[in-house]
Amino acid sequence: MSDNGFQDVGLGWLEGSGAHSDIVLSTRVRLARNLQGHAFAARVRDGERQEIFEHVRTAVQATALNGGAGYELAAMPALGRRILHERHLVSRELAGLSGESPARGAGLFMGPQDAVGVMVNEEDHLRLQAILSGLRLLEAFHRVDELDEELGTHLPFAYHQEYGYLTSCPTNVGTGLRASILIHLPGLVLTKEIGKVLQGISQVGLTFRGLYGEGSEVVGNFFQISNQTTLGKSEEDLVEHLQKIVGRVIQYEMGAREILMRDAPTVIEDKIWRAYGLLRYARSLSFEEVMNLLSGVRLGMSMNLLSGLRVYTLNKLMIFARDAHLEQAAGRPLRDAESDLHRATYVRRVLATEGDVSADAGDAPDDR
Amino acid sequence: MLCENCGERDASIHYTQIEKNEMQTLHLCEQCAADKGLQPGVNVGSFPLTDFLAQMGRSGPESVSDGPCAFCGLTLDDFKKTGRLGCSHCYVTFDTHLGSLLRRLHGGTQHVGKVYLPPDPSRAEQQERLAGLKRKLDRAVQSEDFERAAQLRDLIRTLEGAV
Repeated sequence: MSDNGFQDVGLGWLEGSGAHSDIVLSTRVRLARNLQGHAFAARVRDGERQEIFEHVRTAVQATALNGGAGYELAAMPALGRRILHERHLVSRELAGLSGESPARGAGLFMGPQDAVGVMVNEEDHLRLQAILSGLRLLEAFHRVDELDEELGTHLPFAYHQEYGYLTSCPTNVGTGLRASILIHLPGLVLTKEIGKVLQGISQVGLTFRGLYGEGSEVVGNFFQISNQTTLGKSEEDLVEHLQKIVGRVIQYEMGAREILMRDAPTVIEDKIWRAYGLLRYARSLSFEEVMNLLSGVRLGMSMNLLSGLRVYTLNKLMIFARDAHLEQAAGRPLRDAESDLHRATYVRRVLATEGDVSADAGDAPDDR
Repeated sequence: MLCENCGERDASIHYTQIEKNEMQTLHLCEQCAADKGLQPGVNVGSFPLTDFLAQMGRSGPESVSDGPCAFCGLTLDDFKKTGRLGCSHCYVTFDTHLGSLLRRLHGGTQHVGKVYLPPDPSRAEQQERLAGLKRKLDRAVQSEDFERAAQLRDLIRTLEGAV
């Protein structure tokens, strides 16, 4: 598979459509499935992984994924695997980026429609997923459920009368469903309400993480919120519960933004314009810095303080300003400092062409 | 990024505060943050499974099987170390242990979601699957998701034809 083989793969969710797409970046629903007759990841033999991969490859051809893209990670150069990971399509472990190279049989299939796909030989034999832009939980569940229906008629899934779908980790058993949304909560962070909200979330059977999944750091005020339990409730109940709570978190976030604008409007406006100014003109930017600045700019766009910016542009920067994507664009490996230069150049160029905000001089402070 | 306080450990807590209309962000390591009384509300990535696993097998009856699993060879100790089961048979081998673990993790042990229909189903499996689909259909109708309801009706009809 050439590095150009995934120009746009898995990027549909960047489009910035769907409800609340300024606050909720994406919705993801995944289903964990294992094949009968094969040991789970912890005990599976190397040759068996390959067999599983081939089973899935064959089954995929009879589903909506047919005609899409398939990747055998062990056969791919590191850059390609890093790109898939930066797009949130494969986990760090599956991509072989946590030290060990990817296991034979580790793979990813993406449909031609892009929103649905399946990871092979991750912690579970199959991880079916649907990723959509904005807050569209039920729709994402239906998409992945359809794929599950199709794959299930061709592959014998491990299923137990009482426990439901069997998974490698008991935290996923039952429905095998993890629904998560990626949400931007700068208002709650700035008003220091975030701790309370996150604590509340964990008291109602939900959990939160950083941008790149379990154990990852919270960067740029982006949080992933997902269901914690998977057994004892139907898929629809799990998804609707998350939908309800996320709706409430959005309300809290809006409330926090109102408070900020009431109590510290000049601080907030200044922060937003500084963030935009740095992104637009800086000559060297680390990724973390970009994320933090994008958080400010996103807040400004969402509150109509910066006009002329599109959600799509900001989403795109979050992915294409990452190291592997910059290297792909440069056509060669980049050292750290060099990456920061390329990143700043890329961000400047994008903002100059599609993020030119109308720089309103604004009222003089005395006029307020 | 290093901690702004001790300059030794990696900063993992980024704390933004507004005071007198001035915004300030502190980048601190966990220890210095704790010393300053700045604790994140909840620990990011905290995982309850480890605590549960540590409790496992302590109060269980003696006769309960600790493995190894006849299919994959996993022992209860392996499971307690990694938190991962070895195969679908492990759910039977370690059933007694898992029942209480699943109750604590999920609040129950009975799957009430989608009913799987294997590629070569028995009559009972088909009936159960039908019942599951009908529950879904009721739900779709209730929430006025008619497109979904139509899809489910088709599935039910196909299956009823096969039974």
